[in-house]
Amino acid sequence: MMSEYGGQETWQEDLYSLLRSNGVKLFCYVPDGGHKTLINRSIEDPEVISVPLTTEEEGVAMCAGAHLGGTKSVLLMQSSGVGNCVNMFALIKNGQFPFVTVVTMRGEFGEMNPWQVPMGQGVQPVVEAMGMHCLRAETPEEVSPTVQAALDMAYKSNQSVAVLLTQKLIGAKPF
Amino acid sequence: MSDDRSLDRKKAVPVIVGDPKDLLIVCGLAGASKDMAHLTNDGDNIFTMAGAMGGATAMGLGLALSRPDKKVLVVTGDGELLMNVGTLATVGILKPANLSILCVDNGHYGETGYQESHTQRGVNLELIAQGSAIPNTRTIDREEQIPEAKKILRDSNGTSFILLKVNTEPPPSIKRSMDATERKVAFRRALLGIA
Ligand SMILES: Cc1ncc(C[n+]2csc(CCOP(=O)(O)OP(=O)(O)O)c2C)c(N)n1
Repeated sequence: MMSEYGGQETWQEDLYSLLRSNGVKLFCYVPDGGHKTLINRSIEDPEVISVPLTTEEEGVAMCAGAHLGGTKSVLLMQSSGVGNCVNMFALIKNGQFPFVTVVTMRGEFGEMNPWQVPMGQGVQPVVEAMGMHCLRAETPEEVSPTVQAALDMAYKSNQSVAVLLTQKLIGAKPF
Repeated sequence: MSDDRSLDRKKAVPVIVGDPKDLLIVCGLAGASKDMAHLTNDGDNIFTMAGAMGGATAMGLGLALSRPDKKVLVVTGDGELLMNVGTLATVGILKPANLSILCVDNGHYGETGYQESHTQRGVNLELIAQGSAIPNTRTIDREEQIPEAKKILRDSNGTSFILLKVNTEPPPSIKRSMDATERKVAFRRALLGIA
């Protein structure tokens, strides 16, 4: 299904429920259109802590701090944000912190904004270079199982995982 | 604005922090981590860094949000804080009452050879903290202000930010663990009883 940009409520609702049923309590994000439903749910949910960041890098360190205190977290960002995080991934790697980030991809399938392309192409090599796993979800059906796999790898095997919600899944934003 | 930098961090930091046992502490790289590793004997209630520059305040914020029942102290340097100074704004919108930030401002990037930092050239981190909506802020540059700083850091009346201006005397030397995984495990075991 090639959804209209922003029209992804069903799988996004399922994804929010999945994160909550896995005990994720801290949601940090820099706003992104592709994460709209998830962000709004976290803001409305009195049981979770929803934190808008000034830069995605803060979210990486916040998630590590939350783990020190025993709280599960997720960092939501768009692909450009990965570039803002790179040095802070050293904290995750050195400390073997469990870490899950869900990344809405830009700069790939059907991108109409050239400014999104360089970092979009860089995401997978960059996260892998920093010792993280990179999992991709291409269809709505793949989203929940992929994020579940990431949560299990993180919170049972102390791995750090980036789940890429691909542009094929979320659709290209019209420009 | 006072430009007084007569306080010595080796004397001032231990007095301001007081007994560190009941605190959870996150420290930015370089001098701040050395100050606090020395004070706590690199204990299990402290997580120090030797990298991830700019991450200390955010890491302390994550810990404070996770454990509202515990007082969390972030100790950082002026250079470390400047690298992600926007984090003060993220702290300011949340204002966790259990979070205190102590910035040991020597006006320099000490670790890398004492190059002047922005705070030596007119940048005021207390005003940035104030402008970031952090409710309790103070600049400390004289010995007689230290008891007040100590009180503000310990009070749980909203987030506090202390800018401690010090001279360029070096931090204490201490051999601390650089193994972040081992430190994480020890911290969680002490706090949560699990690795
Ligand atoms: C991203 C990054 N850039 C540069 C450095 C090099 N570096 C290490 S310590 C430091 C200065 C830290 O200054 P400050 O926080 O003021 O602490 P001080 O050394 O004065 O105690 C710098 C620039 C680094 N570790 N990481």
